[in-house]
Amino acid sequence: MARFVLNVNGERKTVEVDPGTTLLWVLREHLGLTGTKYGCGIAQCGVCTIHINGNPAKACALPVDGVANGQEITTIEGLSENGDHPVQQAWIAEQVPQCGYCQSGQIMQAAALLEENPDPTRDEIITYMNGHLCRCGTYLRIIRAIQTAAGQPLTNKDGG
Amino acid sequence: MQPRDNTNHQVTRRQFLRTSAGVTLVIGAGGLLPRLSSCTNAEELYEELKQHVVTAWVRLAEDGSVTIFNPAAEMGQGSMTSLPMIFAEEMDADWSKVRVEFSAQEPSIYGSGGWGGDKRMLSAGSRVTKSYYPVMRQAGAQARLILLESVATHWQVPVSELATEPGFVVHRASDRRIGYGEIVPFLQIPESIPEIPESELKDPNSFRLIGKDQPRTDIPSKVDGSARFAVDVRLDNMLYGVYERGRVHGARPTLRNEADILLLDGVVQVVSLDYAIGVIAERLEQALAARDQLDISWSDAEATGFDSQEAYEEYARLAGTGESGSVIVSEGDVKRAQRQYTSHSADYLNDYVYHAQMEPLNAVVKVSEDGMHAEAWVGSQQGALKLGIPQALDLPPENVKINLMYLGGGLGRRSMTDFVVECAILARQVPGRPVKLIWTRQDDVTYGAYRPMSLQRLTASVDGRGNLMGLQHLVVGDGDRLVASGIRNAFYDIPNQHAEIRTVSHGIRLKHWRAVGHGPNKFAIESMIDQIARKHNIDPVDYRRTLMATSPRALATLEKAAEISDWPAPPAEGRAKGVAFLERSGTLSTGVCEISVDRDTGRIRVHRVWVALDAGVVIHPDNVKAQVEGGIIMGMSSAFKEQITIVNGAVVQSNFDDYQLLRIEDTPESIEVAIIASTEPPQGVGETGTPLVAAAVANAFLALTGKHLRHLPFTPERVLQALAS
Repeated sequence: MARFVLNVNGERKTVEVDPGTTLLWVLREHLGLTGTKYGCGIAQCGVCTIHINGNPAKACALPVDGVANGQEITTIEGLSENGDHPVQQAWIAEQVPQCGYCQSGQIMQAAALLEENPDPTRDEIITYMNGHLCRCGTYLRIIRAIQTAAGQPLTNKDGG
Repeated sequence: MQPRDNTNHQVTRRQFLRTSAGVTLVIGAGGLLPRLSSCTNAEELYEELKQHVVTAWVRLAEDGSVTIFNPAAEMGQGSMTSLPMIFAEEMDADWSKVRVEFSAQEPSIYGSGGWGGDKRMLSAGSRVTKSYYPVMRQAGAQARLILLESVATHWQVPVSELATEPGFVVHRASDRRIGYGEIVPFLQIPESIPEIPESELKDPNSFRLIGKDQPRTDIPSKVDGSARFAVDVRLDNMLYGVYERGRVHGARPTLRNEADILLLDGVVQVVSLDYAIGVIAERLEQALAARDQLDISWSDAEATGFDSQEAYEEYARLAGTGESGSVIVSEGDVKRAQRQYTSHSADYLNDYVYHAQMEPLNAVVKVSEDGMHAEAWVGSQQGALKLGIPQALDLPPENVKINLMYLGGGLGRRSMTDFVVECAILARQVPGRPVKLIWTRQDDVTYGAYRPMSLQRLTASVDGRGNLMGLQHLVVGDGDRLVASGIRNAFYDIPNQHAEIRTVSHGIRLKHWRAVGHGPNKFAIESMIDQIARKHNIDPVDYRRTLMATSPRALATLEKAAEISDWPAPPAEGRAKGVAFLERSGTLSTGVCEISVDRDTGRIRVHRVWVALDAGVVIHPDNVKAQVEGGIIMGMSSAFKEQITIVNGAVVQSNFDDYQLLRIEDTPESIEVAIIASTEPPQGVGETGTPLVAAAVANAFLALTGKHLRHLPFTPERVLQALAS
């Protein structure tokens, strides 16, 4: 066991876990941030996507050791204060989710996309989102929602 | 306690329970313990109600908010919105004030008919809307009547002079109106309330919620991470469990290092089942680490030696014998038709496919310290028999409480309860402490329960003008009824038909998978129809027009699909369209797709999809469209990518790296869905899109290349083989 201090959604969190424990288990089972999901454990499905210093990353593939030391970790719970990030609003406007299990990861990836590229083409959206599986098949609505959110000011970025 | 009265025609007792927060309308059969009426906390009260098996569909608060209890699982199909809409329609509730919660898991109270026997809460087979439509209408209408009668007494006017508007009771003669919430203080408890005859329910033409799009009630919590799935449950003092199950289904484990495992960090217990070894630990990562250290020897099983890709040879041999299997359809005389007319025969194959619901299986179960009670948190489609826990733990069902959570996909897999029972068995070892059982994705893939592989031999007999005079359909496959669904052709006029199943057994776990046998069966039937049509130079839509001439509702879907896809227009260079029709769960649908093929790589691209469907009354049109869109994507995923193979009895694939699902890069440019207006009872929609795809794609491929795709999935290698044939 070792003690790790994490910066999660702007808060300092301390956990005691074995080195090598994945950030996903730390977030979900130790810190109770269950909006980030477990899907495959091998970075193939994207449901565990979070931001590390604003960049999308797959929490299932990150040992906690590497993300301590003050790196800014943002989960879906910290994306906006009231669930009103433009991407979240667009997800509601386009009625994207069905079962909803993959959507935290999709939204975190989409938010990062718009941060990098505020007005992506359809092809750019598809390329950026291709690491995210949705078994309910909401892909067309995801594309629409990103297009809806595109060009809107990202005022609530990363808990801001 | 009052004796229970379960007559369907009259609800003998209902109660309004006054609470500080409002009133729970308890409508229906059942007894109440007297002490309940002294209870003042709404949450506590509801817990009591759940435990004492009292029907409760709606809670009304003085602020006017209306909480409707949804009896169905929410696995993405939209029950959390569509069923409450039906209730609110008849109650005349103000939808903006409606909240939705899951009902208790009590089939005797919240079940629906439509399963040929006892009331059930099964959310499967696309039957939720269909089976609950009358239930929710009745319950909503009864709630409305209670409000009307209470106001009639309070205002001293005949109930016949009262009407409702959304959220209000209105007395036009005296120009008075009162909000539903304001009725709470003087709600009355009549001794009985009759079943409201259907003729007194709303005229569908005056529906104001049904048929109009409403935002889904579950979506806000699914975009901010707050929606709770069973895997998200965390309880005080909770332990974690995992199992190691064999890659050969049915193999029995012998653990050779239990003593060593028990010494590992955090390990609490090791549990042996006849097909798995379980580990309970303080932390999830400890349970997983301990599992990696298990030294298990596995016995042989029925599946040992089975190779799925080699089995088709044996399947073909079985299809060719004169043996008789289980006959599903026998109309006219196909043998005579085969002698009389020209016959065409083809074999269609499909490999196993896996559910791949995004949330791997899991459950949380707590057994009380005295071992006499159990409580579970679970995402289940089943909703019956307390999910197998009473049998597994030898407890009376009333001692088991189920907390239904959102399902991260069901697709048929969560209508099994194996994972719930597994968790209960672990929890029994550590009474007083909850256990969260996690299936990793590898567990979920390798110990899946697949849609069976099968071979279908179709023989079509055709007269000189191309009329389909006979169709013989032999299925060789495992899983019995799982390969039978969709084998009937009730909407095609084919005078001689014979469908038969010849069962084989391999010891591989099998289960309903979205649309069940419709996927493979409709692929075969609809492909054969196009083969015949093209052989006689008849347009495939024209050909189906003739077959459907006496089925106007089916024909209307064909015409609509042809219209929205602009079927007669010649396709762009290098592209072709294909069509397929089917019925599933009562819904009739025709799908058209437009494809192109990369002849170097064997990759098929689906550019556009059009679907026209008749599903009877549609409750929630945008959700129907969403279900069809998603069904098409899953159909494409299974038609192009998904494949479980078995080598020497062992499942080869183990995760999303080697079990590929369709990704966003393969999404069509558009999926257009046309809903045909109807006042017929609602039918099931969730599964209708999926089985359209394989046949529509194969038919488009035939139009484009003159070649046949007859083995699902259409992997690039198989496409290249077909092109080279």
